[in-house]
Amino acid sequence: METDVTLRVDGAEHDLRIEPRTTLLDALRERVGNTSPKRGCDHGQCGSCTVLVGGRRVLSCLTLAVRCHLAEVTTARGLGQSGPHPVQQAFLDHDGFQCGFCTPGQICSAVGMLSEFSQGHPSHASADVAAEPDLTESEVAERMSGNLCRCGAYANIVPALLDVAGGS
Amino acid sequence: MTPFDYRVPTSAGAAVDTVAANPAAVFLAGGTNLLDHLKLGVAEPEVVVDVNAVTSDEIRDDDGGGLWIGAAVRNSDLAADRRIRTRYPAVAEALLSGASGQLRNMATAAGNPLQRTRCVYFQDTTTPCNKREPGTGCSAVGGYTRYHAVLGASDQCVATHPSDLAVALAAFDAEVQVLGTGGTRVIPFVDLHRLPGDAPERDTVLERGDLVTAITLPALPIAAKSRYRKVRDRASFAFALVSVAAALEVEDGIVRDARIALGGVAHKPWRATNAEEALRGMPADEDSYRRAARLELADARAVAGLDGGNAFKIPLVARTLVAVLRELGGAR
Ligand SMILES: Cc1cc2nc3c(=O)[nH]c(=O)nc-3n(C[C@H](O)[C@H](O)[C@H](O)COP(=O)(O)OP(=O)(O)OC[C@H]3O[C@@H](n4cnc5c(N)ncnc54)[C@H](O)[C@@H]3O)c2cc1C
Ligand code: SF4
Ligand code: FES
Ligand code: FES
Repeated sequence: METDVTLRVDGAEHDLRIEPRTTLLDALRERVGNTSPKRGCDHGQCGSCTVLVGGRRVLSCLTLAVRCHLAEVTTARGLGQSGPHPVQQAFLDHDGFQCGFCTPGQICSAVGMLSEFSQGHPSHASADVAAEPDLTESEVAERMSGNLCRCGAYANIVPALLDVAGGS
Repeated sequence: MTPFDYRVPTSAGAAVDTVAANPAAVFLAGGTNLLDHLKLGVAEPEVVVDVNAVTSDEIRDDDGGGLWIGAAVRNSDLAADRRIRTRYPAVAEALLSGASGQLRNMATAAGNPLQRTRCVYFQDTTTPCNKREPGTGCSAVGGYTRYHAVLGASDQCVATHPSDLAVALAAFDAEVQVLGTGGTRVIPFVDLHRLPGDAPERDTVLERGDLVTAITLPALPIAAKSRYRKVRDRASFAFALVSVAAALEVEDGIVRDARIALGGVAHKPWRATNAEEALRGMPADEDSYRRAARLELADARAVAGLDGGNAFKIPLVARTLVAVLRELGGAR
């Protein structure tokens, strides 16, 4: 039943022998030893397990690890490997967290979100989906709505992300 | 989660053959619904056939001025496509109102309309449910009914279809390209999903092994000015209580044509043909819009429940429809 998978996580290769039912989240946390992505709900509802696969933000709890063979997986830990990533620095500058449980997911989600925005992707907060979007407060809140924060740090996360977007 | 075999087929045909031959085999696309069901014990397949590599992730212009959307196109890529945003804005709006940024990066054009109901009893293997386990009864009637149907339900099942995208596709005469053991065929999107009747375990008309390879949208000038409006319990990242996809063509104050579908109200995306018919040739005004909504909802029936029942959805969907038509037709 077990199968061989090579995961490229934050630049390092890991050859694993896993059961096909292993999620990317479990493979990262329990096999690779990278506990940066968190298991909040395990059902796609909270965003705390968010990682980047091929540069796009996805939920590792609803992804089978076997589907990520040789794909580039980036966690919040990897983003900070050579000093804080601009999004991480903005979270520090703006107090974008309290307990920090949701934070690695928020960071990965924000990096993916900013890349989607820079490619001109519209959102539900865009009045006209055909127009080029502007990154307003309501746009950031809508685009980040897949990341819940039990501590309610939203009020600082949104300004942090507006700051990074404005500064880039 | 029970263990399963994971297969990557070498062709779409091989994927079809594997699933057609084995009642315990299922297709995997983005996995956002299937993985959830595997964890909940709602699905217990022995073989999971990953169709991501054997279905297309391209969006192409077809000869007739419409669009051909590969089954594996991600929901986020579909919503960001310039042609979708300008020619069928309600399709982009429907996609963007659904799930979250991460989920839309995973979910596919075929998987989204084929996701199963979010009825809480369907997802809870400890409660009776005719859809999950035929013949056990329906826990929703007299239970938690807020997300349940007011149109086309049966004694057996009052579930709703949860997809937003599907509502817009139903409004705009989309078609579904299917590869089965007998070859390829085309199904009008409005005929893809079923009403529950006495077989609520069947969501769609697809047969075992049928693989959706693409969804097509016809050239439809009326859709260039269209809206998708979704009413829900919180402003983002929540399923629809009710929703409306609509396009309206008005000339000299008279409705020439209309395309309307309703979401959150039935076991399938509800194409509102009665409302469309009632609008054609009528003045583009509040009276016509209200009359259209009334005619469409003439057979609506609420479900009684311990949450107070879902009777509130009937006036809610009527008001939402009128509001969307008013916006599209210009206030008069
Ligand atoms: C927290 C949460 C919130 C959500 N909110 C919304 C929302 O507001 N609106 C909304 O519309 N959706 C919402 N969704 C649902 C999400 O959009 C669907 O799960 C997703 O679109 C399914 O697509 P997929 O590609 O991941 O499908 P999968 O999970 O891979 O598959 C779904 C089903 O389709 C079958 N299938 C897949 N591809 C094919 C094919 N090519 N041919 C035949 N059968 C196939 C599979 O066997 C499976 O039965 C939400 C999901 C979650 C977890
Ligand atoms: S409404 Fe349908 S899906 Fe929900 S419990 Fe009843 S039979 Fe099951
Ligand atoms: S743990 Fe993946 S979304 Fe909550
Ligand atoms: S900082 Fe505590 S959950 Fe977000």
